[in-house]
Amino acid sequence: MASLVLAEHDNKKLSDATAKTVAAASAISTPVHVLVAGQNCGAVADAAAKITGVEKVLVADDALYAHMVAETMETLILSLADKYDAILAPATTNGKNILPRVAAKLDVPQISEIIKVVSPDIFERPIYAGNAIQTVETKLPKKIITVRITGFKSPGEGASATIEKISPAADPGTAKFVGETLSRSERPELTAAKIVVSGGRGLGSAENFKLIEKVADRLHAAVGASRAAVDAGYVPNDYQVGQTGKVVAPDLYLAVGISGAIQHLAGMKDSKVIAAINKDEGAPIFQVADFGLVADLFQALPELDQELAKRGR
Amino acid sequence: MKVLVPVKRVIDFNVKVRVKSDQTGVDLANVKMSMNPFDEIAVEEAVRLKEKGTVSEIVVVSIGPAQASETLRTALAMGADRGILVKSDGEVEPLAVAKILKAIVEEEKPELVITGKQAIDDDSNQTGQMLAALLGWGQGTFAHKLELDSGSAKIEREVDGGLQTVEVKLPAVMTTDLRLNEPRYASLPNIMKAKKKPIAEKTPADYGVDVTPRLKVLKVTEPAKRQAGIKVKSVSELVDKLTEAGVI
Repeated sequence: MASLVLAEHDNKKLSDATAKTVAAASAISTPVHVLVAGQNCGAVADAAAKITGVEKVLVADDALYAHMVAETMETLILSLADKYDAILAPATTNGKNILPRVAAKLDVPQISEIIKVVSPDIFERPIYAGNAIQTVETKLPKKIITVRITGFKSPGEGASATIEKISPAADPGTAKFVGETLSRSERPELTAAKIVVSGGRGLGSAENFKLIEKVADRLHAAVGASRAAVDAGYVPNDYQVGQTGKVVAPDLYLAVGISGAIQHLAGMKDSKVIAAINKDEGAPIFQVADFGLVADLFQALPELDQELAKRGR
Repeated sequence: MKVLVPVKRVIDFNVKVRVKSDQTGVDLANVKMSMNPFDEIAVEEAVRLKEKGTVSEIVVVSIGPAQASETLRTALAMGADRGILVKSDGEVEPLAVAKILKAIVEEEKPELVITGKQAIDDDSNQTGQMLAALLGWGQGTFAHKLELDSGSAKIEREVDGGLQTVEVKLPAVMTTDLRLNEPRYASLPNIMKAKKKPIAEKTPADYGVDVTPRLKVLKVTEPAKRQAGIKVKSVSELVDKLTEAGVI
């Protein structure tokens, strides 16, 4: 029949997570349609129409969808569900918030955070914080799936899909958006950055985290953190890399003062190259690092900054 | 106000998980089991609301094997009032769990259901949202902070870009994230007291729910292992290696 992919965006810009989800959808059921729900989100729809493999973009442009509140998104997706045998969303906080509601109302189980499409009915997904991989098969007529985007490559731009406006669905009136505090940053987005520099408990304070930021800025990298650093209040929650935070797979992941708890490794072990700086030679992070430096980070980080500067970075 | 807190018995978060050699799952024999850490946060939040006088009764429910009664006892020792054990030996998929919980909600009529955002075994992150949808309720997932008003709740949520606040009408479902609170350890006197608190035993059939899995797990395997690389001696050697690898 066809797949429907829920677009991830902020009303202005389409997230790369959408294209990667289209890649997964293309391997499950074609043609692929993308649903852009938002407010004044025309530019997002235009961007979605260019993703290779997309046949049609459905746009629900209404104040009701400005913040993709799950309760309103549920009725919108359900109003379209009949026409699709697969409905997918990237496993972002939006996708995770919205899609299980759709699955429940359609009375089908959801398959969460797939990392591979083995066949249109068979998928791989990590369980136990990535310590095991489950291969799961569905024979049901509908598939509701969230996609861990690090498992898929963006298909690129090459399409010129039709864009169709659709009417908003009923507002159940059970929830409304009140406000948000977003971390504003000039740095690249954590899940899309080519380089991520992450700090852990070893940094010791929010003030010291500036050492991480300095090196990150020199490398045009995103800044990440371990759960311990977030829990200690050094950085906001959206910096957290790990099974329950963000899952990243950059070209380079530089872990500084991070011991390497299983939970954290689950969020970064698919990075192309992992480098680690830690003063504890026995830290588990060194078991996954391609390059390890046993050193005091308070000496190593300024030195790294200078070394990079010296080499014109 | 009555609060319902669903809790799951899972492998303890400190245990190193081993995949069984026949690829049928992970080895749970003689392994320490505990309450799902996110559910502990849910119990704690409910207990704090009770201590503030906002909540009058906390009912905890667990769907699982007979030993899940131990998980319920832990919640009772933390301050919950009574438990419901829905006995089921095999895997119960999140949708079936949500259906059982819906039936319990219809009997118990809580104004708020608080549960963990995901269980650390199957990492599904579905049950709370599914329950809210089946009930036609609002939801506040990945909760960072809860403020209860009369008839509604403001829930601050941990989202990809930072924090977002939603207002949900009560009754509603809330799922907890890591930083909502720090769960207490139950004191010895409270553990003793918990032994006298009631736990009702039920089965999925009592709620008319078929828990036969609808997805088929073909196999469970070890993830691809990363080889440990090399140790470098200095920062400049590290920069050399990263440059050679073409990543900076």
